[in-house]
Amino acid sequence: MSTLNMGWQFAAGEGAGEHRTLIITLFALFVVATLGITVWAGRQTKSAADFYAGGRQFTGFQNGLAISGDYMSAASFLGIAGSIALFGYDGFLYSIGFLVAWLVALLLVAEPLRNSGRYTMGDVLAYRMRQRPVRTAAGTSTIVVSIFYLLAQMAGAGVLVSLLLGITSDGGKIAIVALVGVLMIVYVTIGGMKGTTWVQMVKAVLLIAGTLLITFLILLKFNFNVSELLGAAATNSGKEGFLEPGLKYGATALSKLDFLSLGIALVLGTAGLPHILIRFYTVPTAQAARKSVNWAIGIIGAFYLMTIVLGFGAAALLKPGDITASNKAGNTAAPLAALEIGGGSGSTGGAILLAVISAVAFATILAVVAGLTLASSSSFAHDIYANVIRRGKATEKEEMKAARWATVFIGIVSIALGALARDLNVAGLVALAFAVAASANLPTILYSLFWKRFTTQGALWSIYGGLFAAVFLVLFSPVVSGKPTSMFKGVDFAWFPLENPGLISIPLGFLLGWLGSILSKEEPDKGKYAELEVKSLTGTGAH
Amino acid sequence: MTTDAPPPQGGPEIQPTGPTTEQFVAVQESAEFGELRRAHRSFAFPLTVAFIAWYLLYVLMSNYAGGFMGTKVFGNINVALVFGLAQFLTTFLIAWFYSRHAATKLDPKAAAIKSRLEAGE
Repeated sequence: MSTLNMGWQFAAGEGAGEHRTLIITLFALFVVATLGITVWAGRQTKSAADFYAGGRQFTGFQNGLAISGDYMSAASFLGIAGSIALFGYDGFLYSIGFLVAWLVALLLVAEPLRNSGRYTMGDVLAYRMRQRPVRTAAGTSTIVVSIFYLLAQMAGAGVLVSLLLGITSDGGKIAIVALVGVLMIVYVTIGGMKGTTWVQMVKAVLLIAGTLLITFLILLKFNFNVSELLGAAATNSGKEGFLEPGLKYGATALSKLDFLSLGIALVLGTAGLPHILIRFYTVPTAQAARKSVNWAIGIIGAFYLMTIVLGFGAAALLKPGDITASNKAGNTAAPLAALEIGGGSGSTGGAILLAVISAVAFATILAVVAGLTLASSSSFAHDIYANVIRRGKATEKEEMKAARWATVFIGIVSIALGALARDLNVAGLVALAFAVAASANLPTILYSLFWKRFTTQGALWSIYGGLFAAVFLVLFSPVVSGKPTSMFKGVDFAWFPLENPGLISIPLGFLLGWLGSILSKEEPDKGKYAELEVKSLTGTGAH
Repeated sequence: MTTDAPPPQGGPEIQPTGPTTEQFVAVQESAEFGELRRAHRSFAFPLTVAFIAWYLLYVLMSNYAGGFMGTKVFGNINVALVFGLAQFLTTFLIAWFYSRHAATKLDPKAAAIKSRLEAGE
């Protein structure tokens, strides 16, 4: 086994070495093109509405594409394909939660949010409430969720590069994480939302095209017979029940509970992700926001269907040992499948496909981190700086300046954290971000929009309660310590048995919002709720 | 907007004077708005409960009904895969269904209320 692994790594390193130029060229092309777009967008970014919301002039289709680009992260692309390749059917479970979740956004959140907010999630959460405490809470939770998510993307970047460019040293991986960080700072500070949106649109097209190509080639190899592909995957994996649920989560009663927890977090998390929510401000009307979600559901759904083929294709074509040898968490299964389907290590076809898929994966990471950075720096500047620190008295110019500095700061923080987390399974990390979003943000959004008795105290209890519960439980879960795959190896302070805290923290977030409101001494502001409700359903006075 | 309200959404963007809070309260209490609210909630809320229940059924079946989920339907395609793909299908259908409802039942009502409110009536 170990000789096999070493042989593989040698071959991959050699293959990558020969065609390293190709990979770097493609990647550089993407970077140059997106930097061009960024500078162009930067010239048109004058007002705060340009910086935060791209001037609100994108069409439903454009925004749907950008949402897909924002949402289909390295976790979807590398993590899900890798999970399917290693655990078969259980890897596929992720994508279903990720997709169904969009219905919550479509039916309950996208349109009212577009109608009643301006730049951030905090606009809607704080609308009826006392501004300073609720804005502080909304800003805190936005930044925490985004940093969790950023961490996952940064870790993905490091992993990819070690395989693709044959860089195995820690210093090399950290350098790549730093490069990603610097690029995202540049995209956001210069291009603002307009530049970020275009980068995400370009990336979505590249990702769909690249995935379509590999999916087509894999299906071609199996004569478009999905059953045959599944059979080959099951046989080659050498695992019993590869096509049935249970390989990853079915081992014990505890792991089943963990899966339930994950499932709930995935389906309720999307509509609470700040970087997704602010995308709805880039279109002019609620109808356009609805159209964006519909396009996003179509594009993302199609993409996840293709990841099934990618994942099972990798399982069918590669030796199971090769996938784990290259990356323990399976994150490199998709690029390895591309190499194999193109003719294998050392072949020109394989090298070209590997290069294409690698460049696409880089593009994916860059577009997503830009969106996340924008969400967190917007929230810092608009919610915390302008409305809390300056009490609404900051000028537009000052606010944008604060947003740009926040971008630089968040960029540096995520480079540091990304370097630390570079060996974690990226799909698992993103699931944590979903849990925090579902526990802290979603209850507050829904109560704010639909429950007239919701109060400031309710909002604070639900945001902080959901946030702290989720983060606290993760901190003492096997994700952070106690297992060979934990963030900190060799120590064990995990007493919370589940990897995903959603099962506890999401109901807690909802419960605290309700409890905080009914125990509140303060009466809800009826006038403000009338404004919010009428605006959110009719679009009156929408910016 | 009344002047004593807390800084509404911060930011110095010049805001046209919109309807007053009193006008918003009057609209909120009107029968017409009540109908719009009901048309949204009576559709979106039960449907949300339904698709979350349908999704949870899938999650629970994957967890606790492995034998059934592993039943082969044809070739190597088993119930689990069909069930998963059905989740994709229902997601697409619900999105389409809601959008049709919104376009025919919600948008006209919302537009009527909005134009009257913005005209200052």
